Amino acid sequence: MSDPAEFRSEVEKQRPYLVRYATLQLRDPDAVQDVVQETLLAALAGESGFGGRSNLRTWLTGILKHKIVDTIRRQSREVAISGDMEGDGSEFDALFEANGHWREHPAAWTDPDSALSQRQFFQVLEECLKKLPMKTARVFMMREHLGSETAEICKEMSVTPTHCWVLLHRARMALQLCLDRNWFGK
Amino acid sequence: MTLTCKEAARMISEGLDRELPADEKLRLRAHLLVCRGCSALRERMEFLRRALRRNTDRDEA
Repeated sequence: MSDPAEFRSEVEKQRPYLVRYATLQLRDPDAVQDVVQETLLAALAGESGFGGRSNLRTWLTGILKHKIVDTIRRQSREVAISGDMEGDGSEFDALFEANGHWREHPAAWTDPDSALSQRQFFQVLEECLKKLPMKTARVFMMREHLGSETAEICKEMSVTPTHCWVLLHRARMALQLCLDRNWFGK
Repeated sequence: MTLTCKEAARMISEGLDRELPADEKLRLRAHLLVCRGCSALRERMEFLRRALRRNTDRDEA
């Protein structure tokens, strides 16, 4: 891709993908527009940084991840995310008896991986993700979508490691319940 | 000291985010050997990780 016009056009073609990626992580459309815009600008201004070493989309996603983390860092400084944005996890208490055993134990899902080839499954998964409290979702998506290490997430979100693990646990509990109700339990 | 399912559920999740201390790992393993519910939960949580990673791969294909 030595032709600058072709490079620009290839970069611009990736915009819908970048928007989708950022939306999963940030939710807020304004913030999404900002990070995608910054990413496109950085890419177009820094064409020499690409050099065709990797897939263009992978390279752009790398830039986008940094922009997303910058945004999260800025937001967690600006607004103290309040308690109601992470829930208190009490909804999971109902799953257990007072003695800590399952009230009704989870059943094994049959061949779950076959769902991974179905577009509809990912739509259900995204709906389930949207139901998570904001902060819980953000921590979970940094961990599983951006692939960040817990230590980095704690730092960016200004939470203790213990609290980080609690939020990740709540996210997983909520998601497995949601998928059970809306996909596997059907 | 055996685990309750509630404790095991927390440790299954935590094990995806950090290396559990050896004693916790051992207690969790013993619990999973006898508890079908928690074994199913572990499979569900491991599946979630695959699904989220696949979602990214799918986009990048």
